[in-house]
Amino acid sequence: MTTTKSKVVYSPVFTDGAEFRIPTFRLLKQDGKLYKSAKAPDLDKDKALRIYRAMVTTRILDERMLAAQRQGRLSFYMQCTGEEAAVIGSAAALDDGDMIMAQYREQGALAYRGFTIDEFMNQLFGNEMDYGKGRQMPVHYGSKKLNYMTISSPLATQIPQATGYAYGQKLRGEGHCTITYFGEGAASEGDFHAALNMAAVHRVPVIFLCRNNGYAISTPAAEQFAADGVAPRAYGYKMDVIRVDGNDILAMYQATQEARKLAVEHNRPVLIEAMSYRLAAHSSSDDPSGYRSKDEEAVWREKDPILRMRLWLESKKWWSEDDEKQLQENMRREVLETMKRAQKRPPPPLESLVSDVYDEVPPSLAEQFDKLKAHIRRYPDEYPKSAEHAKGGA
Amino acid sequence: MTKMNMLQAINNALDTAMAEDERVLCFGEDVGVFGGVFRATSNLQQKYGKSRCFNTPLVEQGIIGFANGLAAQGSVPVAEIQFADYIFPAFDQIVNESAKFRYRSGNLFNVGGLTIRAPYGGGIAGGLYHSQSPEAYFAHTPGLKIVVPRNPHQAKGLLLAAIHDPNPTLFFEPKRLYRASVGEVPDEDYRLPLGEAEVTKEGTDVTVLGWGAQMEVIDQAVERAEKDGISCEVIDLRTILPWDVETVANSVFKTGRLVVTHEAPLTGGFAGEIAATIQERCFLYLESPIARVTGMDTPFPLVLEKEHLPNHLKVYEAIRASVEF
Repeated sequence: MTTTKSKVVYSPVFTDGAEFRIPTFRLLKQDGKLYKSAKAPDLDKDKALRIYRAMVTTRILDERMLAAQRQGRLSFYMQCTGEEAAVIGSAAALDDGDMIMAQYREQGALAYRGFTIDEFMNQLFGNEMDYGKGRQMPVHYGSKKLNYMTISSPLATQIPQATGYAYGQKLRGEGHCTITYFGEGAASEGDFHAALNMAAVHRVPVIFLCRNNGYAISTPAAEQFAADGVAPRAYGYKMDVIRVDGNDILAMYQATQEARKLAVEHNRPVLIEAMSYRLAAHSSSDDPSGYRSKDEEAVWREKDPILRMRLWLESKKWWSEDDEKQLQENMRREVLETMKRAQKRPPPPLESLVSDVYDEVPPSLAEQFDKLKAHIRRYPDEYPKSAEHAKGGA
Repeated sequence: MTKMNMLQAINNALDTAMAEDERVLCFGEDVGVFGGVFRATSNLQQKYGKSRCFNTPLVEQGIIGFANGLAAQGSVPVAEIQFADYIFPAFDQIVNESAKFRYRSGNLFNVGGLTIRAPYGGGIAGGLYHSQSPEAYFAHTPGLKIVVPRNPHQAKGLLLAAIHDPNPTLFFEPKRLYRASVGEVPDEDYRLPLGEAEVTKEGTDVTVLGWGAQMEVIDQAVERAEKDGISCEVIDLRTILPWDVETVANSVFKTGRLVVTHEAPLTGGFAGEIAATIQERCFLYLESPIARVTGMDTPFPLVLEKEHLPNHLKVYEAIRASVEF
């Protein structure tokens, strides 16, 4: 039995999908003014400033921590630069109780939810106050209280998990949804297909947010897929889709707000393709000069999403030069001071090497741990981070 | 008590868990109205509705990714992979995600509610792709539990324990015994301990260790060996990971000999891990080399399945050789 209801033809007819041209939704011009036929979404001053502060915080944190990596204070870092509107505009359109399952470049969403600079730093330095107990590389943040799932390095694994998480939310009936973020490169993984198909079949309240930032490390989008971006794939799953100017905070906010309604009120999963550009390197280990031109970067630097929002705020008289100066100064100072504090905190205890593998340490692992402690006690100078913790026990 | 085959016991365990806790969900390929290709989920959709027992699209990585998300959310998913041979598309979700969810988040999040059921093993003329025993691949992954039952009573008690255990658990079901193994099963909820092997028969000359469908093979081999006057102690490991070193070591201290048998190929099989650990623990007590009786290092064959499998004759021979060493 087939479910296809298409009409029948009597000679071979091929189609290439060219009729599906997906427009790009945009409200705000780079000078901070609305396009002629555009109408700003319902966004009050408090919320607009909360969004803007999160964007600036993210930018400053990124600049400062990349510098810290270059100075050798940090092993690794990843910037969100250029994509702050795509990430924070979408996160701001959600309820704070909605789940966020991100890839790794969405620290802006976490900043918006209220993750403190101290919390960022503790993770980056993997100290004893890191929620992740120093187990993951920098930028693998997580927060239970802010409904932000801990980041996992393997790409796209979070996408079907988001479908499952949102299915659970639907069963619970509390009116929440899940948003999952990923890049246009990760959208090539099988997990992407699995997740969208299952979400459409089971009518799951999940928002798939693809940050199409042009590059998967060095691979340009044109070598990632032949199609017109990621958005057209939604048709194949019978899923609502919208393509948005990812550097337009108002468009991102409104599109996600509407997507959330479809998800939560109608159990319709949505794919959002946010068109943006990864202005920074993929990570602190990458050098984009090997695969793209400065000219190309300059074009996108002109489309800075933070400046665009600032100009809009100023046009509303919600923000001033002084406000900007004060915010910049305060944030820079806070980032610097907090970094110094976090860097001095001790590493997680040795016990955190073996805890949380299971809910309880199994006997064979406990035995391995005892052997390790005995070994460290014999060579305390070789293990300065843990020699103190290795005292006592078997 | 009711007389049940293993499938009925598994179905009964799922029914019991779903009746007790509305967070328990069963899903997978053909799991819904059809009740699964082996009928392990029969009548569950009819009883608990389509939102709690349902078909999924044919995508194993999606099934387990979905299940991981559900478990992280607080649901108690019991995901079925139709054959253990088809679990590999989900390898990343199991090995990199399920197993590491708690550790990598510093216990902020976990997928402890997750149970993955999959029929495994040969003896049903299933050829390469309906016969494999993939437990060793997963046994190399800290964070997972791996459980294999040997009969209907064990199946219900261990599956209920797996569902309620606060760690992600792989539950491999010996499909050769689905209908062949019949026994008395309590009607109520009961849970057998995970991580504990069971001495199913006491003896003094040699310890014979296995799990799942191989326990039936061991019983036949032991019956034959005992006729030769060899006293065998038989152990069902039951949980492959984390496994019960104490029970096995204590037995070998007594018998001085160990025969380990599984269907999976020899090289890299879990018997190697057991042999290495037991020789460390029991070195001065061993009277003979630890023997491994396993499938051969070939893909799983079809017509020559009997030749390939570690049947009761091969296990019997290994018992004799161990005692006569």
